[in-house]
Amino acid sequence: MRNQYDEGDVRRFVESLASQIVAEFNPLKPLNVIGIRTRGETLAQRLTDELKQLGFQHIGRGVLDITLYRDDLSEVGPRPMVRPTQINIAIDGIPLLLVDDVLFTGRSIRAALDALSDFGRPSAIELAVLVDRGGRELPIQADFVGLTLKNVPRDHRVNVRLKENDGRDEITVEPKS
Amino acid sequence: MSTEAPALWTRKHLLGLHELSADELRFILDTADSFKEVSTRSVKKVPALRGRVVVNAFWEDSTRTRVSFQLAAQRLSADTIDFSEKSSSVSKGETLIDTARNIEAMGVDVIVIRHPAAGAAQLLSRTVKCSIVNAGDGAHEHPTQGLLDLYTIRERFGKVEGLKVAIVGDIANSRVARSNLFALTKLGAEVILVGPPTLLSRSFEQLGARITHDFDSVIGEVDVVNMLRVQFERIKSSQFPTVREFTSMYGLTWDRFQRCKKDVFVMHPGPMNRGIEIQSDIADGAQSGILQQVTNGLAVRMAVLYLVTQAG
Repeated sequence: MRNQYDEGDVRRFVESLASQIVAEFNPLKPLNVIGIRTRGETLAQRLTDELKQLGFQHIGRGVLDITLYRDDLSEVGPRPMVRPTQINIAIDGIPLLLVDDVLFTGRSIRAALDALSDFGRPSAIELAVLVDRGGRELPIQADFVGLTLKNVPRDHRVNVRLKENDGRDEITVEPKS
Repeated sequence: MSTEAPALWTRKHLLGLHELSADELRFILDTADSFKEVSTRSVKKVPALRGRVVVNAFWEDSTRTRVSFQLAAQRLSADTIDFSEKSSSVSKGETLIDTARNIEAMGVDVIVIRHPAAGAAQLLSRTVKCSIVNAGDGAHEHPTQGLLDLYTIRERFGKVEGLKVAIVGDIANSRVARSNLFALTKLGAEVILVGPPTLLSRSFEQLGARITHDFDSVIGEVDVVNMLRVQFERIKSSQFPTVREFTSMYGLTWDRFQRCKKDVFVMHPGPMNRGIEIQSDIADGAQSGILQQVTNGLAVRMAVLYLVTQAG
């Protein structure tokens, strides 16, 4: 298994996600793209840029902080900072694309779905992730995947680093320190 | 995932602002920012404290603070119990510690306590295992009021550092003044305490405040005037002249208001004695942040309840 992907790889994965999404949604109709903090927010921005180039005209953007909805707070490290959720768009009746960096147990997505239901009722919610590393603990799957990693040991971390957050684009698979 | 956020909060109790660092104060304010957004949603509730129990134990009258804590706990999905001295066994002579131990034995996670004795919250924090949040202990501290004032000032000016804040009136009996003083000076504001010599002793200088008995001498230089309530129930008659004399020397009258800086920000922790410490139309005017303080109090208390329960 490869355990290192560089900037060019990340770009290709994002482009691949965008082309999968184009095939699924009508570019002339509204679509909301909501990223899960922190890197899902960055990816949502990049995807939105790609989709606009591909002809999407009515994209609403938002950011979701799921800290208050998590059921695994003790496992994600000591007391993560709660940051604001920014959804200043109408989400009722409009398809919504949820974006995150890594899909693992599915618990973040479960929390995100709970949070979204407090904001309204999209006509459908679909999930785009840069990396699907397997290891689900809930019946949740992504609709659009940039990179699928198989057989990643549970004691390994999949790190997505993005320029806007970390200074460089890369994906690494490393043993948890 | 926000796994790399620094763990700046490790306290299980909030007893006062005196012991908090500037970083801890900022951390609470930043957390409160996130909670403020919750109150703008169509569903104004998050599941963060689902299954937890918050008890409001008030040994003193309160409207604002008690309702605010209750609503804060409910917006976090906690179950709440309201306990007040008058309708409880306290009136049968049960001690503070016994009452608290019994409340705790029912399996509660947080006790929010208001008590007329300074140090009551501290005492409980050493006695019980659950989190204690001080909602006012005698003339000692009222940390969530200090925090919401700090939050409101930061929201108005975009910063705290370098501001001059006058806290005016009955300083001696005011836990609000103490909590404000500690918080504001830690974040770099200058605090000027203003009041009659009987209600403001020189000893406050040791806590880092500038003090004056002449309101008019500082009125033109301050960015914020925080007018305290004259606490008639606590003041001994020898400390206080007459209401009219107090108003003429220390009230925020129209005449004084016009000598303030143009963009002066007027605050009051409530409940107001309209016409005594503050003129009614100034309290209701465009430069008043009084209702903003109440709104922000909710976000600040949500942040505090959330943080103390995560640090258990």
